[in-house]
Amino acid sequence: MLEFARWKYFLVVFVTIAALLFALPSFYQEDPALQVVRKDKVAMDTAALGTVEQLLTSRAVPYKSAYIDDGRAIVRFTDVADQLKARDAVNDALANQYLSALTNASRAPAILRKVGLRPMALGLDLRGGLYLLYQVDVEGAVSQLLDSYEQGFRRSLAAAKVNFNDIVTFKSSGSSMPNALRILLPPGADVPAALAAVKKDNTDLTFSVVSETDGPAIEMALTQAQITARRDYAIEKNRTTLTNRVNEMGVSEPIVQRQGADKINVQLPGVSNAAAVKDLIGKVATLEFRMEDTQNNAAEAAARGRPPLGSKLYLKTVSGLPVLLKRELVITGDQLTNATPTTTNSGPAVSIKLNGPGGDAMLRNTEQNVGKRMGVVYIEKTRQTTMVDGKPVTKDLTEERVINLATIQGVFSNTFEITGLQAGESSDLSKLLRAGSLSAPITLIEEQAIGPSLGQDNIVKGRNALLIGLLAIFIFMVLYYHAFGLVANAVLLANVILLTALLAILHASLSLPGIAGIILTVGIAVDANVLIYERIREELRNGVTPQAAIRAGFEKAFSAILDSNVTAFLAGFVLYVVGTGPVQSFAIVLLLGILTSMFTSLLGSRALITLMYGGSRKITKLSIG
Amino acid sequence: MEFFHKPTSFPFMSTRKVWYGLSVILMLISLGSFLGRGLNLAIDFTGGVRIEAAFPQAANVDAVRAALKSAGFDDAPVENFGSSREISIRLPPQPGADSAAIRTKIEGILQSLDPGAELRSIEVVGSQVGSELRGKAAESLLGALALIFIYIMFRFHTWKLSAGAILAVLHDPILVLGVFSVSRTPFDLTVVGAMLAVIGYSLNDTVVVFDRIRERFESSRRLEPRLVLDQSINQTLSRTIMTKVVTLIVVVALYVLGGPALKGFSEALIIGILAGTYSSIYISSAIALDCGLKADDLLPTSDKKPVDDLP
Repeated sequence: MLEFARWKYFLVVFVTIAALLFALPSFYQEDPALQVVRKDKVAMDTAALGTVEQLLTSRAVPYKSAYIDDGRAIVRFTDVADQLKARDAVNDALANQYLSALTNASRAPAILRKVGLRPMALGLDLRGGLYLLYQVDVEGAVSQLLDSYEQGFRRSLAAAKVNFNDIVTFKSSGSSMPNALRILLPPGADVPAALAAVKKDNTDLTFSVVSETDGPAIEMALTQAQITARRDYAIEKNRTTLTNRVNEMGVSEPIVQRQGADKINVQLPGVSNAAAVKDLIGKVATLEFRMEDTQNNAAEAAARGRPPLGSKLYLKTVSGLPVLLKRELVITGDQLTNATPTTTNSGPAVSIKLNGPGGDAMLRNTEQNVGKRMGVVYIEKTRQTTMVDGKPVTKDLTEERVINLATIQGVFSNTFEITGLQAGESSDLSKLLRAGSLSAPITLIEEQAIGPSLGQDNIVKGRNALLIGLLAIFIFMVLYYHAFGLVANAVLLANVILLTALLAILHASLSLPGIAGIILTVGIAVDANVLIYERIREELRNGVTPQAAIRAGFEKAFSAILDSNVTAFLAGFVLYVVGTGPVQSFAIVLLLGILTSMFTSLLGSRALITLMYGGSRKITKLSIG
Repeated sequence: MEFFHKPTSFPFMSTRKVWYGLSVILMLISLGSFLGRGLNLAIDFTGGVRIEAAFPQAANVDAVRAALKSAGFDDAPVENFGSSREISIRLPPQPGADSAAIRTKIEGILQSLDPGAELRSIEVVGSQVGSELRGKAAESLLGALALIFIYIMFRFHTWKLSAGAILAVLHDPILVLGVFSVSRTPFDLTVVGAMLAVIGYSLNDTVVVFDRIRERFESSRRLEPRLVLDQSINQTLSRTIMTKVVTLIVVVALYVLGGPALKGFSEALIIGILAGTYSSIYISSAIALDCGLKADDLLPTSDKKPVDDLP
């Protein structure tokens, strides 16, 4: 008797049908397409889609179909030429309201899309696009934190009227006491009072008192947890900002993700104009609003080369004349909630909206300062690498520019305008401001631009290798194992479908090495069947009855199958943890492939073989070659 | 169809000294070349710029090289990549230079040779990223080996089998490294991926043979260990050859049809699979035998259940 539990049959049938459904969209080819979204991020509706369709018809750009998917309008074309014409048309006529992006759309019937079945995602090496890897200056972020504590302590000590000589910070590297600061007190100072003053607003910090020859000092060192939290914050903040900026560009299905401890990778499918994109998304720009220092003369300070106490000197200004602004900040760019380009009587402008605290601060400031001038400082950080003695040396450059200095006409709080900008500047500036400021400087350390034709080539090559490899195995298995070979082939096919379905469900993007992983999985999946079949043959040679041989074959091969898969799983796991990008895709496919091939060859092939030879039939011979 | 219709009885163990010799020589050459000449590391690991371009007709590689040289890119390796129309250009790291500038410059040079030239991809890797990835690659290879060693220790109840398995697992990736070092095939991240797959699968055959060895010792405790090992290898030989043939079919398909980007990857797999088959037949069991493997090592108490009886 050879039997197979009924629920296992149901499981196999159910999984196979589900896998077929989920894998189905991935087997359709793709068309060049145009994605159109609204700039204000409101979902596209049929009326908006109609506008786009009307435009294309009026410009005589033929398209295959247009539909709304997930709030985006997608228009499919027969060829790339039409796609490009359509993009130009949309950019030309609808640019003030809509953003367009080149993309690919599956030819799968609309019904599949409507029930949420989607093709698996393709990596950049298969669809073309721009890959950028940024390094975030996490140490810089920690220094910033230290600086802000220094400022805070100075204020608290001054407010508590405690005398101190100086506050020294020790930044991350090259000092004996990294990430710490020291408040130097004069000899005989009131140490408890000083401690109480700095502790008041900073209960989470630990302070210690040391006595030096020239007086006591209070030491505050950041804990490892605080440093890690700050680094994570910097990365997360930057990731959010980069995501916002990428969204502003209207790229189709962009990916912005953290990679490792201090990197962020940005993947922009279908983007080819690398220069413009990098310029916009990598820019570290923020705004500071400061009141003008009217007590001192800016020209004198410029001639002297340094600003008077409590002020900052700016040489780059709209008027070209030096400007002195107070050190004290009114608000910073962080407090911005929106920025939109507008046109006022005095030329292009950016209309600004602030958050609650920002609005309050602005209100207090304008109440006291009507008639005085407020400066808007635009700060851009860049990093420059030069060769010194054959070694690359990176230097952070900060450019601060007063982009606007205007008299406060009346009291305002959370809504106002920045005027006095150059034509064209207002749109870029508002984009940058809206997308937020990066909290720590970032450096581009790796980039890859893959043309769409290369991606298409890779898909075709990968697909051919897979099909030819499968075909060769199919023929070989039937020749070698006859009917059992057919079973193995059916199981192999099911394995590929199951793997495709899992990749589609998990939305893991498939790269060229990922395709290689599928091909390798096919080769490996055969192994389980071979182990079982060879064992059955051996049992038959030993004179065991066919049905007992099948049972023994499956049972005795199990441990070998499990073993060989465990070691491969371990290696795949390491690769997944350590690897990035395309290689990680290979690892995912390898890991999933091991699971699916175990399922198909242990359950699937057993189900088929039991159907062929099972039950109480009298079997005298197996068709196993 | 069957490769071995009758059970084979090759005397594998008696010739083991010959195979030891061969393996030692191969390992020495591989390690020597790897340590001495190193690998032809791709820009993933060194940092730099890699450009893929296509011409409408067959590309004149020498002309491209000369044009690059006159533009100040000395000794930039230019080679055909995939087909005679496609080329790849490699440049050392260009500190301070913007990738867009490099792109425009190279595009200009290529289009001055042929206006139809098309830049298909450009990859810029900072030298710092390169050295970081080198560390990561080494880390992942050693990590995988360590995990598999731990697994081997648990899996085989005696150190004698473990020693055989570990040496066989080490044998295969070292040989892959050696071949890549000698042939100067570009060694990139995908090759590391392939090597990890090789490490994972190399143990596969060894485990199957060792399982069989334990089974044989159970049924015939009196038999001389050398004969038990020979029998076990012979009995699993058909399966060993069969799975390798099938895996090689797909990997060769990948090598031939998968395009230039996967050449190194599939080459590493082909070498690794061949080496894995060889080492599981000739090395792992032989080492266990020379460590003095006996029936008692595997069957310390008779009530111990063999793993094969699991459902």
